[in-house]
Amino acid sequence: MRWLSDDKLNHLRSVVSEPDFNATKYTFVKEVGRGGMGAVYLAEDRELDRLVAIKVLSTPDTEDLRKRMVREAQIIARLEHPGIVPVHDVGTLPDGRIFYAMKYVRGSRLDEYATQGASLRDRLRKFQAVCDAVAFAHAHGVIHRDLKPQNIMIGSFGEVLVLDWGVATIRDNPCESVGTVVGTQNYMSPEQARGEIDQLDERADVYSLGAVLQFLLNDQPKVSKAAQAICAKAMSQTKQDRYATASDLSTDVGRLLDAEPVSAYRENAFERVSRWVSKNRFLVLLVLAYLLMRIFLIFTSRG
Amino acid sequence: MIDPDTDIGGPLHKFPVTNHSAIINARSDDQLIRRRAFDTILASYWKPAYKYVRLKWHADNEDAKDLTQGFFAHAFEKNYFATYDARKASFQTYLRTCLDGFVANERKAGARLKRGGDYSQLDFAAAEDELAAHAASSSLSPEDYFHREWVRWMFTLSVEAFRERCADLDRTVHFQLFERYDLSDDKVSYASLANEFGLDTVTVNNYLAAARRDFRRIVLEKLREITATDEEFRAEARSLLGVNR
Repeated sequence: MRWLSDDKLNHLRSVVSEPDFNATKYTFVKEVGRGGMGAVYLAEDRELDRLVAIKVLSTPDTEDLRKRMVREAQIIARLEHPGIVPVHDVGTLPDGRIFYAMKYVRGSRLDEYATQGASLRDRLRKFQAVCDAVAFAHAHGVIHRDLKPQNIMIGSFGEVLVLDWGVATIRDNPCESVGTVVGTQNYMSPEQARGEIDQLDERADVYSLGAVLQFLLNDQPKVSKAAQAICAKAMSQTKQDRYATASDLSTDVGRLLDAEPVSAYRENAFERVSRWVSKNRFLVLLVLAYLLMRIFLIFTSRG
Repeated sequence: MIDPDTDIGGPLHKFPVTNHSAIINARSDDQLIRRRAFDTILASYWKPAYKYVRLKWHADNEDAKDLTQGFFAHAFEKNYFATYDARKASFQTYLRTCLDGFVANERKAGARLKRGGDYSQLDFAAAEDELAAHAASSSLSPEDYFHREWVRWMFTLSVEAFRERCADLDRTVHFQLFERYDLSDDKVSYASLANEFGLDTVTVNNYLAAARRDFRRIVLEKLREITATDEEFRAEARSLLGVNR
């Protein structure tokens, strides 16, 4: 018998861990991503003759957990919003792993989009769209729990889509046992990182949104104190200090875009004037031009 | 669409196709069923057990050989495996614990073992060669080493079973492609394989996809044989395949 080296063994393990879609209507095409909770594959839906993205979750430990995961997937599948990638199908592979078939989105991930020279205003508008999608899910009791730039897609027509609801949970009905940590470091709220699953609510997602906003602002040359304050408020260590909802966060970002005062930052008189000037630049220029003209006329009439 | 021609042994719709657990059958009152179950367990575990005894218990090769044979003979005689409870531990852990207990007792008794039974099919010399070539570089604990060697052995057995199945079904090209692409140390491309086997690259792609699918099926069939419950099967699948990703 052939001796299998560690490298060969790992290679075979990887080959074998590819999902077996034989009992489904999908045909495996290729792996497109891998994360802590599972892998995403591109597959062909043979019945509808279209490509889909299939997320295969890691193996559930118990039958009870498996059933709860499927039930939650069904609830998530009911979320119909233009900013939420629709789940077409939920099922179980023969080896016990659960999969979700989702719309296959063509476009750039938010982290890629950020490197393509998008302006600050464009970034903030996209971010607002993310907040709106997440707020919609919250209104239906669904918490995403793994918001990060890699889970947000900017479609070919500029549409914003929040992906990967595979680890989402239903408020007041957490799927994982207490102590299970899901999410991604740097984007995960402190309570989530501590594994306090029963403490998780919408504000865990608000924290992650704050981290996403910070990511979008990181490489910007000039970030206002108001924008920084919005990030800081969303990412407060104590959840009571954060925005209560994703909608509140979205509203503050909208105010920032409209050069209006934001709830996260108390500005001084100078900043207030400066913001007013910035917002009414055209009017200010017009008044200045008028004043200059008057001064010019006064001087010329005296001469 | 899946090309039906790429399905070895006909269409494969459902997996796993077998649900015969040797662990459950080891409790059977029927001597024949119990013997078969025992042979399956023996085939799946003798090599990691031998290497484990050599490493953990610092046994020389003859001693380890006797202890390994003795352990399995004793396990069959005393019906060790019938008392396994899947709720308490994985079968792998249970077997290793039983093995430790057995070796400790034998060492205490101080007698050199010579057990009955036919174990001529167990290639201890090959196990010894592997141990000599690769164990020295291992920094794993004996328990982790046992697990890793068990994983390696399961895959080795699966490769052999896959080779035999391909030969039975006159699909040797599938196996040869799998062997060249997935088992060989040479880096080969689909194009070079197509050239070597006189096929086009699409066919190579299809044959390899089918071969991997069937290989996966065999690995999981083997795993199903040596697990007692669905939960244990899934937990061991995760551990064996590293699919907790």
